Amino acid sequence: MPSSVTPSSVTPSSDTPAGDAATRAGGGDAPPEVRKESGQREVFCGLTSIVWLHRRMPDAFFLVVGSRTCAHLIQSAAGVMIFAEPRFGTAILGERDLAGLADANEELDRLVRDLLERRPEIRTLFLVGSCPSEVIKLDLARAAERLTQQMAGRVRVLNYTGSGIETTFTQGEDQALMALLPHLPASDEEQLLIVGTLADAVEDRFTTLFERMGLPRVRSLPPRRSTDLPPIGKGTRLLLAQPFLSATARALAHRGGQLITSPYPFGVEGSRLWMEAAAASFNLDPAAVAGVLDPLVERGRRAIEPHRQVLRGKRLFLMPDSQMEIPLARFLARECGMELVEVGVPYLDRQLMAAEQALLPAGTPLSEGQDVERQLDRVRAERPDLVVCGLGLANPLEAEGLATKWSIELVFSPIHGCDQAGELAELFARPLRRRELISFA
Amino acid sequence: MELTLWTYEGPPHVGAMRIAASMEGVHYVLHAPQGDTYADLLFTMIERRDKRPPVTYTTFQARDLGGDTAELVKRTIAQAVERFQPEALLVGESCTAELIQDQPGALAAGMDLGGIPMVSLELPAYSKKENWGAAETFYQLVRGLLKEQVPPPGSPKILPTRWRQEGRRPRVNLLGPSLLGFRCRDDVREITRLLGEHGVDVSVVAPLGARPADLLRIPSADANICLYPEVAAPVCSWLERSFGQATVKTVPIGVAATTAFLAELTTLLGLEPAEGTQTESERRSRLPWYSRSVDSTYLTGKRVFIFGDATHAIAAARIASQELGFAVVGLGTYSRELAREVRAAAKELGLEALITDDYLAVEKAMAEAAPELVLGTQMERHSAKRLGIPCAVISTPLHVQDVPARYSPQMGWEGANVIFDAWVHPLMMGLEEHLIGMFRHDFEFVDGHRSHLGDGAPSVSPVADAMQDGVASAAAPFGVAVATPPAAGASPHEPVWTTDGETELHKIPFFVRGKVRRNTESFARERGIGEITAETLYDAKAHFSR
Ligand code: SF4
Ligand code: SF4
Repeated sequence: MPSSVTPSSVTPSSDTPAGDAATRAGGGDAPPEVRKESGQREVFCGLTSIVWLHRRMPDAFFLVVGSRTCAHLIQSAAGVMIFAEPRFGTAILGERDLAGLADANEELDRLVRDLLERRPEIRTLFLVGSCPSEVIKLDLARAAERLTQQMAGRVRVLNYTGSGIETTFTQGEDQALMALLPHLPASDEEQLLIVGTLADAVEDRFTTLFERMGLPRVRSLPPRRSTDLPPIGKGTRLLLAQPFLSATARALAHRGGQLITSPYPFGVEGSRLWMEAAAASFNLDPAAVAGVLDPLVERGRRAIEPHRQVLRGKRLFLMPDSQMEIPLARFLARECGMELVEVGVPYLDRQLMAAEQALLPAGTPLSEGQDVERQLDRVRAERPDLVVCGLGLANPLEAEGLATKWSIELVFSPIHGCDQAGELAELFARPLRRRELISFA
Repeated sequence: MELTLWTYEGPPHVGAMRIAASMEGVHYVLHAPQGDTYADLLFTMIERRDKRPPVTYTTFQARDLGGDTAELVKRTIAQAVERFQPEALLVGESCTAELIQDQPGALAAGMDLGGIPMVSLELPAYSKKENWGAAETFYQLVRGLLKEQVPPPGSPKILPTRWRQEGRRPRVNLLGPSLLGFRCRDDVREITRLLGEHGVDVSVVAPLGARPADLLRIPSADANICLYPEVAAPVCSWLERSFGQATVKTVPIGVAATTAFLAELTTLLGLEPAEGTQTESERRSRLPWYSRSVDSTYLTGKRVFIFGDATHAIAAARIASQELGFAVVGLGTYSRELAREVRAAAKELGLEALITDDYLAVEKAMAEAAPELVLGTQMERHSAKRLGIPCAVISTPLHVQDVPARYSPQMGWEGANVIFDAWVHPLMMGLEEHLIGMFRHDFEFVDGHRSHLGDGAPSVSPVADAMQDGVASAAAPFGVAVATPPAAGASPHEPVWTTDGETELHKIPFFVRGKVRRNTESFARERGIGEITAETLYDAKAHFSR
């Protein structure tokens, strides 16, 4: 049986100050208490991950099986890109499909065959499940198998869920990678596997740095071509580049990969710890590693400095969105001197976040889940200097006089690594600098 | 099941959101999965609104489905009413909620909402779309609020001329303008000013900016102006049926349409006919003179392809053909609800209307018509770019750049000025681009092909040429270069271009080259000519110029 609904917030709302104080007092050595909330969640569904995954793997096509709402979401999110050379689309369910599942399966097969006939260059086709397809229990996993067989090795048809009822925003990537996993070849060869989408340039940079440290075999999941899947086995060490890959990390560990625990590569400190953790797991010579990293760290700090001047002492509130909130908060607090008012996450994987949580300033108020109205009450009561939030809230909060940083940009920008630390800090400093700059008097 | 890469309209609940967000004091509780809040961005980003849309979502997740989602709906309704204290409440479902059938409207009806009016929305997400949803919501809301005021059958109608007896200025309602509509903000201002100049007051503007209390005042006006039939046609016809309140149906987009609009209004309200509205249009809008000035002569017969919502497509067709002297070579709409009107407009131009919401079909029709200018939606902007055809946006769906800071109406006299600039501008650019292309042409063959085929494609290749002319793109629906070469030995009866013919073809300015290619080929085919030489091309040109 699925667990039943958690009807209301477990912790008292912000209009009882005692509740807040209690939450905060949980600092010290004990892990900070986490405020769990449920209510309206102002977040994207996992379908949105298609917007960056289709660029990462240009030989793949993402076919959402859903409603007009799903099609509308993707086109709103993908903006201008949809036109350049679409690698995604929606099979919109009609009334007839709802009436009979047998019919829906036949329809889907026909539509996929048509699509693949017109697009012979597609190597991997993802059938992406949505809320409607899941509620009517359309078996896309079976459809994927069936279609793969029909395509006789020419195209691999895979399935994952990007539905709002199952996934939040970046969790779509976790699910997509899960779909690729069964097709990873087995090999016990020693290698470092970086898991999670990175910008091409960032990926190349990490590879070069690891090579310099003496680590020749570095691979990535997802790959740049959907058919170049990295192998997996006992010799694999897994290094997570993104904090939202819970299911993928566990499944890779199941296939023999060893998970390297580390903070995530945001900022100079996080990136250093991340690369060091990988180096240590391969027993690389610490002196050689330091030789590579020291100058980067030095340079990264210098790049952060001007932005630190802007951010230091400023109070930050992060609303839940991508699960990148905790590492970012850690970076902004420790390297940029910001004060954390509240760090909201859509979902907290305690194991994958342990190394990060240990670095957070003691007593940092964390919240998991969301009741957006109550959270906004807290934002208004606290009047932080900067609110990290989605685009549905950003302009309205600006109009209330609060500075915001829209969070989606963090998923679409190259922000990983020591070399990007300055840029990452700049993303948060920019709205504050802009407010200083603009005047109409 | 239908494959969609681009949808002209959102689901119907987005239409309902447009009504709620356009108004003040209305709140909308939407039973929807986590994730459907993406629609807030349409208002906060594209419309650049400074407040959240008045929508509370239940945002259920999979784990809720095992529990009591109806309970979730009720709790959400209660909390929304308590927090936002609306003057009227809309309750409805998104596509996913429609499948789990919690009947949120019925649940709301069973709750104590403190006496505020509640409208339960039935918007079939699997058969209807955004504009339908907006029209239905607006209709249900107005009907729900005005039910009690409806006079018994057989009562006298609202007389459009009653203002005379009452000794006041005539007043009308402007119905239809909404957020995410095309330039509604400035159209309302322009039409309000226009009416004011003719001694007519505006009573209620709705849904944009209206409160529920304002809707209650609708019957106090002498007539309704149906500015956007996509949103307001059902309301207007209900008001006509229930109150006998007349509707002005001409949509004042374009000089002639504005003139006709004023004429219709004047007759209906029994106003003194303004002396010579013809002169007024000349005096008030610059379009007539700009269009007559010699600089505009080159616009004559420019081939234009038009696609959009019905209202804007019909208006554009009239302006293009009569006021700018273009040749309309394609006309279509995605508004099935108003397909009949578009068919009629197309017929007048000797065309068959394209009624579709499949953007591939639109792109194909566009490529086949080989126009020199496309007037369409955000989508056509991109198809046109791909085909290398200048384009201006005349209708939703729109993007953030079509909600500009500056005053930019489409309606009335100033609207016509805006239209002249917006439609002619890309053509000038096209001409300029063409001239640059011509001078490079002789010694740099690859010029002009860069955006479509990438490096090194020889311009004499029929595929390359066809891609540039916008033929092959239609055969490759996703804009991918898997084009089938036209002509060149495709079938024994297909004429083949000789090198000499190709060379001549390339001397034709690129924006008409597609049309010349097609004409020449059909000319050759009809005469059983196997090889197209430069002479064939000139024969065909002479033939078609007659
Ligand atoms: S939340 Fe569900 S219904 Fe809405 S767009 Fe995402 S998958 Fe589609
Ligand atoms: S970024 Fe702005 S201009 Fe570009 S597609 Fe998105 S909304 Fe449109």
